Amino acid sequence: MVTSIIRRLIQAVFVVVAMTVIVFIGVNVIGNPVDILINPDANQAERARVIAHYGLDQPLWRQYLLFLQGLLHGDFGDSFVYGRPAMGLILERLPATLELAISALTIALVFGLPLGLYAGLYPNRVSSKLIMSGSILGFSLPTFWVGLMLIMVFSVELGWLPTNGRGPTLELFGAQWSFLTGEGIRHLLLPAFNLALFKTSLILRLTRAGVQEVLPQDYVKFARAKGLRERRVIAVHVLKNLMIPVVTIIGLEFGSLIAFSVVTESIFAWPGMGKLIIDSINLLDRPVIVAYLMMMVLLFVVLNFIIDVCYTILDPRVRLDSKA
Amino acid sequence: MTALLQVRNLVTEFGGAKGRSGIRAVNDVSFSVERGRVLGLVGESGSGKSVTGFSIIRLLERPGRIASGEILFDGVDLSRNSEEEMRRLRGKRIAMVFQDPTVTLNPVLSVGTQMIEAVLAHESVSKDIARQRARDALGLVGIPSPEERLAAYPHQFSGGMRQRVAIAIAFLHKPDLIIADEPTTALDVTIQSQIIAEFQKLTEETKTAVIWITHDLAIVSRLADDIAVMYAGRLVETGPVSEVLNDPRHPYTAGLIASVPSQNQRGERLRQIDGMTPALNRLPQGCSFRRRCERADDGCLVIPELAPSGDRSFRCIHPVTKVSAS
Amino acid sequence: MAEHNMQETDKALPEPGRLSKYLADFFASPAAAIGFITLLVICCLALFAPWISPQNPYDLMQLDIMDGRLAPGSESMTGFVYHLGTDSQGRDILSGILYGLRTSLLVGVLSAFAAAIIGTTAGLFAAYMGRRTEIVIMRLVDLQLSFPTILMALMMLAVLGKGVLNVVIALIIAEWATYARTVRATALVEREKEYIEAARMLRLPGWRILFRHLLPNCLAPVIVIATMQVARAIGLEATLSFLGLGASVTEPSLGMLISTGYQYLLTGLYWISFFPGIALLVTIVAINLVGDRLRDVLNPRNAS
Repeated sequence: MVTSIIRRLIQAVFVVVAMTVIVFIGVNVIGNPVDILINPDANQAERARVIAHYGLDQPLWRQYLLFLQGLLHGDFGDSFVYGRPAMGLILERLPATLELAISALTIALVFGLPLGLYAGLYPNRVSSKLIMSGSILGFSLPTFWVGLMLIMVFSVELGWLPTNGRGPTLELFGAQWSFLTGEGIRHLLLPAFNLALFKTSLILRLTRAGVQEVLPQDYVKFARAKGLRERRVIAVHVLKNLMIPVVTIIGLEFGSLIAFSVVTESIFAWPGMGKLIIDSINLLDRPVIVAYLMMMVLLFVVLNFIIDVCYTILDPRVRLDSKA
Repeated sequence: MTALLQVRNLVTEFGGAKGRSGIRAVNDVSFSVERGRVLGLVGESGSGKSVTGFSIIRLLERPGRIASGEILFDGVDLSRNSEEEMRRLRGKRIAMVFQDPTVTLNPVLSVGTQMIEAVLAHESVSKDIARQRARDALGLVGIPSPEERLAAYPHQFSGGMRQRVAIAIAFLHKPDLIIADEPTTALDVTIQSQIIAEFQKLTEETKTAVIWITHDLAIVSRLADDIAVMYAGRLVETGPVSEVLNDPRHPYTAGLIASVPSQNQRGERLRQIDGMTPALNRLPQGCSFRRRCERADDGCLVIPELAPSGDRSFRCIHPVTKVSAS
Repeated sequence: MAEHNMQETDKALPEPGRLSKYLADFFASPAAAIGFITLLVICCLALFAPWISPQNPYDLMQLDIMDGRLAPGSESMTGFVYHLGTDSQGRDILSGILYGLRTSLLVGVLSAFAAAIIGTTAGLFAAYMGRRTEIVIMRLVDLQLSFPTILMALMMLAVLGKGVLNVVIALIIAEWATYARTVRATALVEREKEYIEAARMLRLPGWRILFRHLLPNCLAPVIVIATMQVARAIGLEATLSFLGLGASVTEPSLGMLISTGYQYLLTGLYWISFFPGIALLVTIVAINLVGDRLRDVLNPRNAS
């Protein structure tokens, strides 16, 4: 098991390095950093100064090493817009995004798992068919449009919930959190539901597919033949097998939730990383863009690693084989 | 004394409901099993033998359902039992062993968990006692170092060992009846013999009646007291094993026996039954075996009754006799 | 009966005779039929938009700022009826939707098609070449699939800059890997079959084996993925345009229309965002229904 974890760690490092190359090439070679960095009205001397400052006159491999060096120190340069270190800006906004993504994932699980289980266990009921058609809708609805409609109904028409910002926050573990105040939760509700919609459908469909795959298995029949109560057959024999794909997907989808939060954050003016990156792309704030991308790469690699470990723990076939 | 299990005119259908009939996988099947006896239920795949077994324990997969008939188990009609009444019988008084041991046990639960839950499903004892029972049961079916094996997962066992675990689970509560659905088909020949021997030992000790579903006449001749031969959902011949195998009356039974390799002479072409088993939704009119039968004539256009003669019965108007067969 | 089906599915593409069977299968589902007809109507609307739409929403000369933000059913100064209202620049929403559909469908089809070609070629190549080529391609695929599409798209747009064309490029780069993985998996199974062995024995040129023998067998999954991908691409384009990274304000796509309506939503002017969103939703649902059914029909496992 230790060797397999080490092997996965090496793979993870490989992915990070590969992504730095891709991001580097993307930003510095395909896009012309001179155009991005320098005011088009700048004079020749100014251009030369900036080029020298960023080392753009150096050969590519040296530039890459410089880039890597900065990366290792978490130094991505100062934001053009805010004039502060880019990484600091990202980190400041990370808790808001995490909070949103975790809330959305929780909602998606709370609704998706039981509904999917129900639809899988009783596929012929009308209610199951309704759930499944609903999930197709959830799949097809563009998130950003749903966000607007949520605002229209719950804020504009009904006036129940606020439309933007995090509301009052409280500090916990050195970061600010909305869910600790009542008003904050009211602010969190709409964005979290908005972000959760797509994932709810996904988890629901996945759960149902899993149930339908597991139910006809002989071991489920055998469990019934032992005289187990139906409750135990479902809760232990079916669910435990179901958890393996579900955990994998939850890990992956959590990352995707963070990426997709750009949309929800833009709509609800949620002050997270996503809102920052969109503003940065619009303003061509290169250091922030690079910092965000590298942050996401790191996040995904860590997530994938955690999923692998969870998977190993959940599935005895993997766990025990790698031990041998 | 009445038999432990009496199946009367059982009809199991797939699909169809409320007046419309579906595909009849089991058609008007009647037989009985006495306490402590072994019935070999024989037929090709698709003959309805497994469905009969699953009908008795009421674990038919949708859209299968018992359309009519009675399944009297110790005087109680199982087909009218509630789901909860059935649950209390399953594993406790009627157990089942499945065909493929590699998929019978849940891959993500330890063998111990799967055995202990089987104990606890019917007895309110402490977990420790249940564990002890599980361990003893494993030892009983010849699994070495049972204490450690309880913590192991199914994939760490060989196929034969997994089938032993399944058998240990089936015998946990010393059931009155075990339905064994081709429990040795997926195993190597050497393992087959061991499993059969194990089974025989346990049934003799516990006086358990067995319905052994198989297509292998050699196993039946070795293990069973009685035999029931199914063809296209119907019983075609029943009786004591030795009599039926030595002196088959139904042409299909005779054909089956003739196609066992050891029954054939060396150098001679292997005998076989011509044609294929008809699809259940396109059965020929009259006797289902008619089109493959050399003896068939216009009289076979009407389905013959299962005619009893002594302790045997067969469903044929032109039965094979020893004289005509040789 | 099962064996019979197995033999049939071994054959690669539907022969002409089987096509009608596939069609019959497809239309056996009412949902799929409705989806298909809706899609057909939408395509026609988009195609003929210049002739049927009441106004050319991209021609600023036709827009009258005085007609801005009129409610659905309002009449313009010149007696023209805006059935779905107007946006802030006095653009007729109905016309905006019809023209926006053009952009959306074009982006969707173009990117899905290009990604399919690139991904299929890469997947076939990986499966056929094996060894190092395969490892390099598949590692790249794995790498890419471990990041969500929208992140890949954002990354590309960060590099390439804003604009519809760049959105198309970003979508192609973000989606090709899905095809490559599926095609490789299918081709790997196919590669082991005897007829490929036979083709190699005959010393047919590599490209011929690839495109004449392997490719047709991989087409069914590619068609299904491509259909679904069109829907995804349309949704993504709308999302990116909504975020201000796609279509320009003067030539709005559906996403851009919704985006311009966003700021007026809070004051109760719902129609600028609402109707284009409905159009988007109907389009995506229709494509998904068709794709869902295609998957069932073309899947050999369901061929009963």
